[in-house]
Amino acid sequence: MDTREEPIRVMLAKIGLDGHDRGVKVVARTLRDAGMEVIYTGLHRSPEQVLDAAVQEDVDVLGVSLLSGAHMPIFTRIFHLIDGMPERPRFAIIAGGVMPDEDVDALTAMGVAAVLGQDTAPDTVVERIRDVSAPAREA
Amino acid sequence: MTDDSRYRLAAPELAQTATDDLASWANDELAGFLTRRPESRDEYRTGSGVPVERVYTPAHVDGDWRDVGLPGRYPFTRGPYPTMYRGRTWTMRQIAGFGQAEETNERFRYLIAQGQTGLSIDFDMPTLMGLDSDDAMSLGEVGREGVAIDTLPDMEALFDDIDLEQISVSMTINPSAWILLAMYVAVAEERGYDLDKLSGTIQNDILKEYVAQKEWIFPVEPSMRIVRDTIGYCAENMARYNPVNISGYHISEAGANAQQEIAFTMAITKAYVADAVATGLDVDSFAPRLSFFFVSQADLFEEVAKFRAVRRFYARMMKETFGAQDPASMRLRFHAQTAAATLTKPQPMNNIVRTALQALSAVLGGAQSLHTNGLDEAYTIPSEQAMKIALRTQQIIADETGVTSVIDPLGGSYYVERLTDTLEEGIADYFTKIEELGGVVAAIEQGFFQREISDSAYEFARRKASGDRPVIGVNKQIDAGQAEKIETHELDPESEARQISRLKQVRDARDPERAKHAMEQLLTAAADPSANLMPATIEAVKAHLSMGEITGALRDVFGTYTETPVF
Repeated sequence: MDTREEPIRVMLAKIGLDGHDRGVKVVARTLRDAGMEVIYTGLHRSPEQVLDAAVQEDVDVLGVSLLSGAHMPIFTRIFHLIDGMPERPRFAIIAGGVMPDEDVDALTAMGVAAVLGQDTAPDTVVERIRDVSAPAREA
Repeated sequence: MTDDSRYRLAAPELAQTATDDLASWANDELAGFLTRRPESRDEYRTGSGVPVERVYTPAHVDGDWRDVGLPGRYPFTRGPYPTMYRGRTWTMRQIAGFGQAEETNERFRYLIAQGQTGLSIDFDMPTLMGLDSDDAMSLGEVGREGVAIDTLPDMEALFDDIDLEQISVSMTINPSAWILLAMYVAVAEERGYDLDKLSGTIQNDILKEYVAQKEWIFPVEPSMRIVRDTIGYCAENMARYNPVNISGYHISEAGANAQQEIAFTMAITKAYVADAVATGLDVDSFAPRLSFFFVSQADLFEEVAKFRAVRRFYARMMKETFGAQDPASMRLRFHAQTAAATLTKPQPMNNIVRTALQALSAVLGGAQSLHTNGLDEAYTIPSEQAMKIALRTQQIIADETGVTSVIDPLGGSYYVERLTDTLEEGIADYFTKIEELGGVVAAIEQGFFQREISDSAYEFARRKASGDRPVIGVNKQIDAGQAEKIETHELDPESEARQISRLKQVRDARDPERAKHAMEQLLTAAADPSANLMPATIEAVKAHLSMGEITGALRDVFGTYTETPVF
């Protein structure tokens, strides 16, 4: 359980050309209702723009929503960019959207802290964000 | 009492008898029964939240026979044609598209061999957004969710060995629709087809993009001009082609309920028609070619009522607001697709059943064409096996259930008639709100539709989370243990690189003078709002300019669009 006063800061992002924003907006509201601070990037961002923004905003968690099937190349690019940073950012990265099971394992191996699907219950989303934000907030 | 009394669906005497019977029944049968066996919930509502009664009687139907009428006759409540599925069953139109044009061409030929009667093309995200496969934003998207089209040779490969005079082709494409239409025309001209014999559709419904699906290139105003240009071009050159397919489907998938889906779609329709009429087009010259696209959701009776309500509303709007004279201008024809967002990843075989029931409501509602989703929709784009089952679902409904024999079989149901009236009135209520905001474009700019949709999506998610909205396999009847495995479509990992290299080859091999000249002509046409963009675009694609080159150059003329998200 987190004991600090400040609310958890979460950035939710849409990367690439994918316009499916129903889920990410529901998650944004769910997290806000759970007392978190939520920043939503809007649509059609590049991996570079989103990482920059997440560092600038000093978030605890970066959630990337993808329903276009492009999650593998996009997360590969994200972690490649992170590897090139002088200092590894402290935020945890989670993925949300439509992702086949075998890709979930690969994303986890890459460093994605949690993968949430369209059938993940809102309470579970809140719990998972709390869990994955804990180490980031210690840092 | 006027002469109109002879048109009443329920004569006053019958309505009174029903009211009396209902009162005595509530006292004699119902009350005691309820004490012994309470109902499962306090109130019952349709999928879009309309409260529903326990049972419907003639007392609930205060309508007029003229509002119901007969199929193929104004106000078309019961269907656009007098024989409906007796004359011809709906077009079974499974959407397909992935990888390079050759791969999709192969899937099309498979579907035609399985008895599919119309083609429907899904494009990849870069094509949908008007970008080339080698654009930085296209990373990971090339050929992923649909087929990749950059230049005319891709389009030629897509239709290889398919007779375009014989099969109708629907293209799900929006901000870049006019370029795909230009490529389609170019292929047809190369092959010597008669443009007036080609039948098909481009979605080209840009307003709902700003509202729901979120694919855009230019700001609203130049985008509307492009839509207008395609309508004008088709009215003159392509007698059987549908230049706009006004779509509620994406509005629904983005979270809207059935009421919002039809209300917003009709508001958008009104904006297109008003815009075309304002430029001097005669409403009857283009309205018969407008076509529609709706979802077929989970609430079976509400969906049937929705299709009936929107047909009637449209007929009245075209006649009364726009003064259409030709009945074909008042006759709403629609494609339906089952609701992808209702399909679940857990217990994927259940999705076959969901899809079958949703398809049934589309058929009972009088759809002209239908796409049934694959059972693997919640995983990825459909496998061949999943598409075959989905197509067989339609064939079973058409050939085994007998529902095609009688037109609008639920017409006259006290419940369905009442719900049809309610949903039609609901459209009018939304129209009042939208007018107050200053019309559709102003409402988009103020985020009105977006907020309404986002509220409904959130409400639905909460109901699902609380269990108030059961989803079998997800919040009820959950399987413990190992998840069912299904076979899914595998994207060819080399496809993206092949497509990018073909694009480069086409650019290298084209006549640079012709390409340069075509680009100049295109820019000249774009800068002149009274010019039609289509002829210059047709020449541009024939000169092998790529989609990204065309949209890139026009961005400098038209500008770009950025959304301020509301949630």
